[in-house]
Amino acid sequence: MSSGPAAPVPAPPRRPFFLLRGRFWVASLPWAWLLLFFLLPFVLIVNVSLSTPDLAVPPYVSPFSQPQAEGRPVFPPAFNPDLGSYRRLGDEVADLARPGAELQYLRAFGNSLLLAALTTLCCLLVGYPFAWHIARSAEGTRNTLLMLVMLPFWTSFLLRVYAWMGLLDSSESGLINQALLALGLIDAPLQLLYNSGAVLIGMVYSYLPFMVLPLYANLVKLDMRLLEAARDLGARPWTAFVSITLPLSWRGIVAGSMMVFIPAVGEFVIPDLLGGGGVLMIGRRIWDDFGPNQDWPMAAAVAVVMVLLLIVPIMVFHRHGGRGDGAGEAGP
Amino acid sequence: MTRAATLERRWGARAWLLLVYAFLYVPILCLVVFSFTAGEITTQLDGLSLRWYAALRHDDELGAAVRLSLQVGALAATAAVVVGTAAAVVLARFRPGAGSGVFAAMATAPMVMPEVVVGLSLVLLFTHPMLQPVLGGRGVAAIWAAHTTLCAAYVSVLVQSRLREMDRALEEAALDLGCPPWKVFFVITVPVIAPALVAGWLLAFTLSMDDFVLAAMLSDPGSTTLPVLVFARLHHGLKPEINALATVIVVVVSIAVLVANRVMQRAQRRRRAAMHAALRG
Amino acid sequence: MSARADSAPHFPAEPDYLRIEGISKRFDDALAVDNVTLGVRRREIFALLGSSGCGKSTLLRMIAGLERPTAGRIVLDGEDLAEVPAFRRPTNMMFQSYALFPHMSVAGNVAFGLRQERPRLTREQIDARVAEMLELVQLQRYAARKPHELSGGQQQRVALARSLAKEPKLLLLDEPLAALDKKIRQHTQLELVSLIRRVGVTCILVTHDQEEAMTMASRIGVMSEGVLLQVGTPDEIYEHPSCRFTAEFIGETNLFHGRLEDGRLNGSDFPAPLAIAAEAMPAPGTEVWLSVRPERVVLGRQPPAAVNGNVSINAAQGEVDEIAYLGSHSVYHLRLGGGGRRMIASVPSAHWGEASAPARGERVWAWWLAPDGVVLTR
Repeated sequence: MSSGPAAPVPAPPRRPFFLLRGRFWVASLPWAWLLLFFLLPFVLIVNVSLSTPDLAVPPYVSPFSQPQAEGRPVFPPAFNPDLGSYRRLGDEVADLARPGAELQYLRAFGNSLLLAALTTLCCLLVGYPFAWHIARSAEGTRNTLLMLVMLPFWTSFLLRVYAWMGLLDSSESGLINQALLALGLIDAPLQLLYNSGAVLIGMVYSYLPFMVLPLYANLVKLDMRLLEAARDLGARPWTAFVSITLPLSWRGIVAGSMMVFIPAVGEFVIPDLLGGGGVLMIGRRIWDDFGPNQDWPMAAAVAVVMVLLLIVPIMVFHRHGGRGDGAGEAGP
Repeated sequence: MTRAATLERRWGARAWLLLVYAFLYVPILCLVVFSFTAGEITTQLDGLSLRWYAALRHDDELGAAVRLSLQVGALAATAAVVVGTAAAVVLARFRPGAGSGVFAAMATAPMVMPEVVVGLSLVLLFTHPMLQPVLGGRGVAAIWAAHTTLCAAYVSVLVQSRLREMDRALEEAALDLGCPPWKVFFVITVPVIAPALVAGWLLAFTLSMDDFVLAAMLSDPGSTTLPVLVFARLHHGLKPEINALATVIVVVVSIAVLVANRVMQRAQRRRRAAMHAALRG
Repeated sequence: MSARADSAPHFPAEPDYLRIEGISKRFDDALAVDNVTLGVRRREIFALLGSSGCGKSTLLRMIAGLERPTAGRIVLDGEDLAEVPAFRRPTNMMFQSYALFPHMSVAGNVAFGLRQERPRLTREQIDARVAEMLELVQLQRYAARKPHELSGGQQQRVALARSLAKEPKLLLLDEPLAALDKKIRQHTQLELVSLIRRVGVTCILVTHDQEEAMTMASRIGVMSEGVLLQVGTPDEIYEHPSCRFTAEFIGETNLFHGRLEDGRLNGSDFPAPLAIAAEAMPAPGTEVWLSVRPERVVLGRQPPAAVNGNVSINAAQGEVDEIAYLGSHSVYHLRLGGGGRRMIASVPSAHWGEASAPARGERVWAWWLAPDGVVLTR
């Protein structure tokens, strides 16, 4: 019944030429924007990381030189990469075993990764039960509670870090020191500011909403009947948590952790304001090489290495958390 | 579970919530309290006064920075909504084709990429000897472009999830009733996703207002945004004037958020009441 | 559809209003619609019936222009629709979710299509047409309401008014009643049919509900896995299914599998070789299935008396396994002889008269007349 007499079946119509299709033009705007302001800049970073520092504007000599023949540029231009910046990083790796080596970049990388990991862990430990309790509170209060998480986020980031400078101040006028002295718990002010601990507190404080929101978005969708079923089948609370809640909220955990870890690795402001000169982190190294040191090739090389280090977490974020599910609502 | 255990649990939950909220709010509260000091020290209340608010009012440098930040924020937010929405439409509506994986990655990457890296890469773009004449080098336009790129990523994720929630049959119905595709987008899609567009604009605006790293790396002497100015002042001696500034920001943001929340809740309540009425009658 | 035209004598040789020729749709690797050819006449209500995922909705969307066919042609009223984009097609669709624009009032929704007309209609023309449409579906009082302020049935009527407002050449209904409660549904079915008849629009509706299709449509096309299996009036499809799928999908049936030998069907599904009606005899040795509707089966405590004439009877003794009492009739599940052979019989409650109905475990006779079985070859 389905196939009639074997009449010649007409071919489907052709699509219009791509320049005449609206879709092409809709797609071309974000494509063009991202190619110009995201991809091209990254190509330039790689290019500059292979160039030689120079006292010029901009302060580097591109690895591409354009030889002239008979007054006209020759194609392709010559490519003479200067691996000096990467060699400095390589030398530090070689020096790893030597006692007393300076290792400014490696140490900065190590500090950054460690602090970012610690920040992520603390945010998760604080944020998970927090997000859980918000998600399980009454529907009416939920919005208010969530709004209260977001509110500090919407006020100035710099000023919130500044608030911790006042709290952690190591002199007698530091607020925490004032309180402890007044309570008689200590005799002399504690050295609270300008160390890794201060940086960690500042980072957890600043990044906590990034962890709470994806987790909340995930946990609020969790069907409580699953937990009731698990309990009904005799699972103890801890078992139910490990075997039901945790696997089901995995995407939220991944999204939140990546949204904290990745930017935290490159964080510059918090180590600068709360860490002082003592805490060397890679974001500050890039900043110093870019600013005061005027060594742009070195800054670019460090940035390239950082992106390479972060490429795996970024892929994980993109794969598991970057779509609607967690990160969509993560937009604070 | 016994009643006592449930109670204990509920109190445990409350205590945890309270503790974390204290962690979030005590620093801000301190800022506010010490903005009213009459003295010069940012962590001591040497008498009450509004002198730092007066200082704030007469601070021309600060005023200029605030105005610039507001302008850049509004322009960047508007551009980000345009670019981000177009990206979201591509991601949520178009059939994946060649390069769509790269596109999806590029569209969300600015959200998590460390800002120092994004900033450095954009500095290299704007100062590149061949591109500088075209793009105009560092300055307000560069900051605007950088903020647009960053904020468009957030907008695209927000709008994308809204687009995916939306019933596609709405667009198809409009098409079926004779509405050409470009008009469908403006007459049907935009009104339906409007809340996401508004939320995206506000988010983009606050992100731009708050950004320090990109603005600092891309600024030239004529383009000091508020965060760049604040950062400089944090390095050159702290004054309670900054506390006063923080207090003003907190108050303004709180009022804005409260109003927005109230409007949203009222709309939701009205909708629910109408539905009840419809089901009864 | 030429192949069936002979079996529908009440429609004389009128040319097809809508012709679908060799339409296929391929999604990535799956063939959603497989070379469907079909004709629909003017003012007809035609139902595409099939389970979910059988391709019926995709076919409908291709007619509306929302899906681009991989191959084939659609001709409506002599116009080839291939190059016509959805927004210029003279078809209008009522969506399963109704797809009412949430930010527009009821009147705004109904007027939407009219506002797209070129050359433009005047405001008076639009208002008049909207009023006419709202009167048609009896929603005049609700013109200013928003869609979410209406009940499900009211929303459905708005969607219908909206899709009729432009006087389409073809009305497409995608599961028109699926979103309604079962109670309202039956009432709405008849209301919808009378309204479509009154307007006089040609209509294709897609449904997975065989009752809905049989109630509403003048002809039905049965689809499975992208293939159009059979087209016919409701009684043709029920009484003369052309294949096993149709027989089992529409109503319930007993299927006996076997091979034709000596004019009888030999198989293991029934204790004895089965007599079949002579007129529909395929070649000997063919693998066939015999479909017998449960209401054609007669039950009795005694074996059937010989029937006069040359009509043969198929009879077997079985044990009552399960009885489903459904008020007007009961469905008996029988176990025939030994093994897994089973059949069902639908018996009117009045059948047993003064005697009590058989109980579970009781042995009874079941029989039917040979012409009541339909021989299927696929």
